[in-house]
Amino acid sequence: MSFIKSIFDKTRPMFSEGGKLKSFRSVYDGFETFLLVPNATSRSGASIHDAIDSKRIMSMVVIALLPAMLFGMYNIGYQHYALAGIEGSMWELFAYGALALLPKIVVSYAVGLGVEFIVAQYKHEEIQEGYLVTGLLIPLILPINCPLWMMAVAIAFAVIFAKEIFGGTGMNIFNVALVARAFLFFSYSSKMTGDEVWVARESIFGLGKDIPDSVTCATPLAEAGSGQMSASLSDMVVGLIPGSVGETSVIAIAIGAVLLLWTGIASWKTMLSVFVGGGLTAALFQAAGSTPIEWYEHIVLGGFCFGAVFMATDPVTSARTEGGKYVYGFLIGVIAVLVRVLNPGYPEGMMLAILFMNLFAPLIDYCFVQRNINRRMKRAKIANG
Amino acid sequence: MIIKRFKLKKGLDINLQGRAALNTTEVAAVGTFAVMPDDFNGFKPKPVVKEGDIVKAGDALLVNKEQPELKVVSPVSGKVSAIVRGERRKLLSVNVEADAEQQYKQFSVSNVASMSGEELKALLLESGLFAFIKQRPFDIVANPEDTPKGIFVSLFSKMPLAQDFSYIVKGNEKYVSAALDALSKIAPVSVSICKEQEGQLDIAIEKASMYVFDGPNPSGNVGVQINHIAPVNKGEVVWTVGGEELIFIGKLLLEGKVDLTRCVAVAGSEIAEPHYVRTLIGASLANVLKGNLKSQEHVRIINGNPLVGTRAGLDAYLSARATEVTAIPEGDDKDEVLGWIMPRFNDYSTSRSYFTWLQGKRKEYNLDARIKGGERHIIMSGEYDRYLPMDIYGGFLIKAILTGDLDRMEALGIYEVAPEDFAVAEFADSSKLELQRIVREGIELLRKEL
Repeated sequence: MSFIKSIFDKTRPMFSEGGKLKSFRSVYDGFETFLLVPNATSRSGASIHDAIDSKRIMSMVVIALLPAMLFGMYNIGYQHYALAGIEGSMWELFAYGALALLPKIVVSYAVGLGVEFIVAQYKHEEIQEGYLVTGLLIPLILPINCPLWMMAVAIAFAVIFAKEIFGGTGMNIFNVALVARAFLFFSYSSKMTGDEVWVARESIFGLGKDIPDSVTCATPLAEAGSGQMSASLSDMVVGLIPGSVGETSVIAIAIGAVLLLWTGIASWKTMLSVFVGGGLTAALFQAAGSTPIEWYEHIVLGGFCFGAVFMATDPVTSARTEGGKYVYGFLIGVIAVLVRVLNPGYPEGMMLAILFMNLFAPLIDYCFVQRNINRRMKRAKIANG
Repeated sequence: MIIKRFKLKKGLDINLQGRAALNTTEVAAVGTFAVMPDDFNGFKPKPVVKEGDIVKAGDALLVNKEQPELKVVSPVSGKVSAIVRGERRKLLSVNVEADAEQQYKQFSVSNVASMSGEELKALLLESGLFAFIKQRPFDIVANPEDTPKGIFVSLFSKMPLAQDFSYIVKGNEKYVSAALDALSKIAPVSVSICKEQEGQLDIAIEKASMYVFDGPNPSGNVGVQINHIAPVNKGEVVWTVGGEELIFIGKLLLEGKVDLTRCVAVAGSEIAEPHYVRTLIGASLANVLKGNLKSQEHVRIINGNPLVGTRAGLDAYLSARATEVTAIPEGDDKDEVLGWIMPRFNDYSTSRSYFTWLQGKRKEYNLDARIKGGERHIIMSGEYDRYLPMDIYGGFLIKAILTGDLDRMEALGIYEVAPEDFAVAEFADSSKLELQRIVREGIELLRKEL
């Protein structure tokens, strides 16, 4: 411990104002607070503080994402080997998937944290750890075949224009990861939808084999749009279906959900309301006969679960009043299914539903806060005659 | 008579090591005593003594520039040894060297029973005790020209390491009763006690209404209680008085002298023998803590409790409003590696991402003064509301203050809050914002504009 501290103590002058490496001060600070708990003590107000900080919160979310990420890696291999028609051991499949996904995660963090470091340096602020979560979310909500450079462009766009110009983590209106996805969706839709993007197509370090362009594979949700769905319900729940990397396994997402709810980082109110809203709407459409699949299949397919657990509950962009969280979550569920059923062109409604409700979260809060304000004004009016 | 019971769910009791044992030692009135105008928020001090003047206990040292009848008096008799000023000649303290034998200024109290409210106010002003009465809105020294809607008294505190009023009131019950009876001549008085005190307090309350609060900290905050009993509306003023201040008032009414003796809880994990110390306001902390500190280095001494008290050194003096003196480790010599991912079993957290929930509610924690994280924008939602048992949206109010939006602050209820009401929220805040400072600045901004 003292060894790490002495390294930082020795190198500090280099990074301070006037030092040779002063342009990397934010990077230095970032690493120092990452490795050592800052021992700054309070100057005013409360002398004692809770051990919780945003680093802990963000790392808990990252841990909650790990099951979905690990299963996603396996599923990348599984889908590739199945489509290529070759056999492989479980570890081979996993290794293939890990090799396919790792470059994405590395690029995602490199680009996003790079922007964060530059902004922190420019604004003379500490690095904000919000991107730790966003950086893992983005590779998980994209199809595996999305090219690295596209992802890099989308991340740079999203981090700068959806977050930093608003003032950084905590000030953004839209979920940054979803903005990156929406950017790709509308700019390079051929790489985000269709039947070619969901399964990795190349052999990596001798694992797997190259798949010719003529062989394609649609997601169950797209199949449902055209009427025939091949996946079984158990495959959908376990997650052995084509789709965005992290969104396929309901079980892996559920493990993350349990951790988020237990630690209280995600609001159960939001999460539950999304499922209730989505389930009810899907059941309604099913009763009306306008959707070919069962209502619960709407819940387990596509990005619904992943969005409900990891995106809708983003505390920054969701409603901030306790009552508002019910409304916010419910409407996300409703709109997600609405988009899916009424617009066959967009089989994935979750992204648009959450972005749309991000926009309306302040309005929902306004209504709840205004009720409190009105109550106070009424009380004053009675008191003052 | 108990009018109503309230059960509060929001809030948090923090169990700290070193709670004061229920025994008292005396610290004699020797050495230098200091009266600090900063303890009286909203008071614009003007000294009325010069260095070398001889004063009695109860003689005015400071008056309010705008209302000279509002005074702050000397806790001891002796010689004014210094008038200490800081930057830009800001008055920091008036120091008095105590006499060996204490002399009290006598006030005429023969006709207390028949005094009117106005006469009582005049007596409180003359004796300097009026400066101990605070008002809401703004949490400042009350304005004697106001007619308050009510006077509110909280007889308990659930702050960590707080003074136990049930203990210190023993033997002083008659003073509390006398003070409550007298104050009810000025305005209706509401007294709040906690559930644990029910049947324990032997105070005869005839003219005041009594309320019982059951709930965690900050249920002992008078602001929280007012919000439940009769919330402050725009244009209204209420006064608040502390429990020990009632004893000051009672002693004045029954004995005709100003006796600013406090029985402070000397507590905290850095105190060798936590117990109560009877001393006078303005006593030197070095005397109060003599021989009772475990170590001299990396210790934080606090004038008050660890949540709302102010940081002080051994060269400081007992703050006029402090009911405890606490000492905890400063923690600036600790280096923890990778704290954001370690289990940290000995640390306390309201979040279940730590293991506090596993350790039972009885465990006492030894917390140091580290902030344990960097300051961020408000990220988590509802964090403040969980520890603010009032009908107020805490997070939105803080944002209104940070943006300097006066109308919105007013609409969201800033008149009802004091910085101390946000103390627990400040403790639990994962964004590590200095909420009490922010609330104080909001209040000051609003006062300036009105």
